[in-house]
Amino acid sequence: MANVLVIAEARGGALKKVALEATTAARTIADASGGQVHAVLFGAPGVGAEADKLGAVGADVVHVCEHAAFEQFDAESFAATAAAAAQAVSPKAILVGGTAFGQDLAPRIGAKLGAGVAADAIDVTMDGDAIAIRHPMATGKVIATLVAAGQLAIVTVRPGAIAVGTSAKAGTVQPLAPASDPAASRVKVTKLTTGGGKLDLAEAPVVVSGGRGLKAPENFKLVEELADAFGNAAVGATRAVTDDGWRPHSDQIGQTGRQVAPSLYVAVGISGAIQHVAGMRNSKTIVAINKDKDAPIFKVADYGIVGDVFEIVPKLTEAVRAARAQR
Amino acid sequence: MKIAVCIKRVPDMGARFKIGADGASIDETGLKFDMSDFDEWAVEAALQLAEKNAGSTVTVISLGPDAVQETIRKALAMGADAGVQLKADGVPAGGLAVAEALAAELREGGYDLILFGRVAVDTAAGITGVMVAELLGLPCATALSKLEVAGGSATGERQIEGGTESLSFPLPAVCTIDQGLVTQARYPSLKGIMAAKKKPLAVKPAALGQAGVTIAKMELPAERAAGRIVGEGADAVPELVRLLQTEAKVL
Repeated sequence: MANVLVIAEARGGALKKVALEATTAARTIADASGGQVHAVLFGAPGVGAEADKLGAVGADVVHVCEHAAFEQFDAESFAATAAAAAQAVSPKAILVGGTAFGQDLAPRIGAKLGAGVAADAIDVTMDGDAIAIRHPMATGKVIATLVAAGQLAIVTVRPGAIAVGTSAKAGTVQPLAPASDPAASRVKVTKLTTGGGKLDLAEAPVVVSGGRGLKAPENFKLVEELADAFGNAAVGATRAVTDDGWRPHSDQIGQTGRQVAPSLYVAVGISGAIQHVAGMRNSKTIVAINKDKDAPIFKVADYGIVGDVFEIVPKLTEAVRAARAQR
Repeated sequence: MKIAVCIKRVPDMGARFKIGADGASIDETGLKFDMSDFDEWAVEAALQLAEKNAGSTVTVISLGPDAVQETIRKALAMGADAGVQLKADGVPAGGLAVAEALAAELREGGYDLILFGRVAVDTAAGITGVMVAELLGLPCATALSKLEVAGGSATGERQIEGGTESLSFPLPAVCTIDQGLVTQARYPSLKGIMAAKKKPLAVKPAALGQAGVTIAKMELPAERAAGRIVGEGADAVPELVRLLQTEAKVL
């Protein structure tokens, strides 16, 4: 029997989609061996209202840990509480979404419990007694299979890699007290500045990115308008563009930036350097618009249009708006 | 201030990789190696902090076979004061084994600040730095794109999905460094390269812990099916939209 523990992330009182993806993966592992899925959900008072969403994708029990201080991320208290919950649940694996939240928490929990971490999983399975994960490394040019045989593994799950399931369980809510006093945490989040309700790159079904081919920062409005036409798109950028300060570093997609895998990725004026492709090659459908027919981006794109982005993108924006209006 | 930076030697990511004969490693034949990008930014951040705080020292530590000495020498040539190689045949997966070896070296070092790159570009895991902090019982601020140290405490910023977190924490601490904290890592000068040859580089056996996670297999990903050029110029837009609706079904 293999219980699985999920550490669920909520921001601003709302559950992150990756928490549902991690719970789905946890359900699959637990079902393979007749175990239960427990989830721990952290947040300010009221976050417990999100617990039923975890039940709907396969959590048997949701341990809700509410505290006024948990309006902000508290790595030390979250990690201590998660480790304590793990000791109670005796999981075979602990899954957490591979966001800034999970990337920070997973190694802390691993060190506390003496367990290794398998990071950035695009797939999590149970092979006999062993948890196996697949992880793209070396900018996605190599896929490694990591195995934790017969022992606890901490796994971060890449956002967008696992389709949210429908295997509903009870999702019984149990309150959980923080295992360490948030007031005693040494690293404090003093402020969270949010991007004003814009869709996050990790969660957007469509990502529209711009590169140097846009020629000037103000021309990014073409990319923003196209993203707006899709209605469910986030805006990304290449490293060249963020290094030049046209866009914030947080928008950078690539080897040293964010890795995304949306249903549709539209590359506007992007040549397709390895640095960039590393961050988007797992997208389901890739569209590229570039004036150079030999640009490497066309080697990874499913559909390409060769030509002037300033002529093509406004037409595409118009056509996408029209197509969506007809639905 | 006493600063340590943990750095990793990684293959050049521009290479075409081949899988090794054991089926669970990258074939290193013909690959070029260098310091991981994020680690270079961490070294640069350490050097800038040392320049602002007179009397500071910067020690770089790398775990691995003798080839990592080249990586350590590069950091020394950039301006670090001393290097330590924790000698091991390879770098185990899962973070914990390496973290234990690094923690054993750092524990008695009396460092005010221990820096790591946010992630190594080869394994793309980003585990080790945080684990070291936890093993040492130190506060840890991850993925910093800003870091300011004043007296016995520090403030920083990190980008999260959809926002920016401002952080404050006391020293000593462990920080992992993200892109954006420094504009660019300095290149070693000729003078720096000469000076680096005379700087101390200690070689010690790595006290590796147990690896909780092992690499069972490595493979090359399936190539994406060849795409097609739909057309040229704005005239191709209707056909593209049709394909997105009927073939890719994403619109």
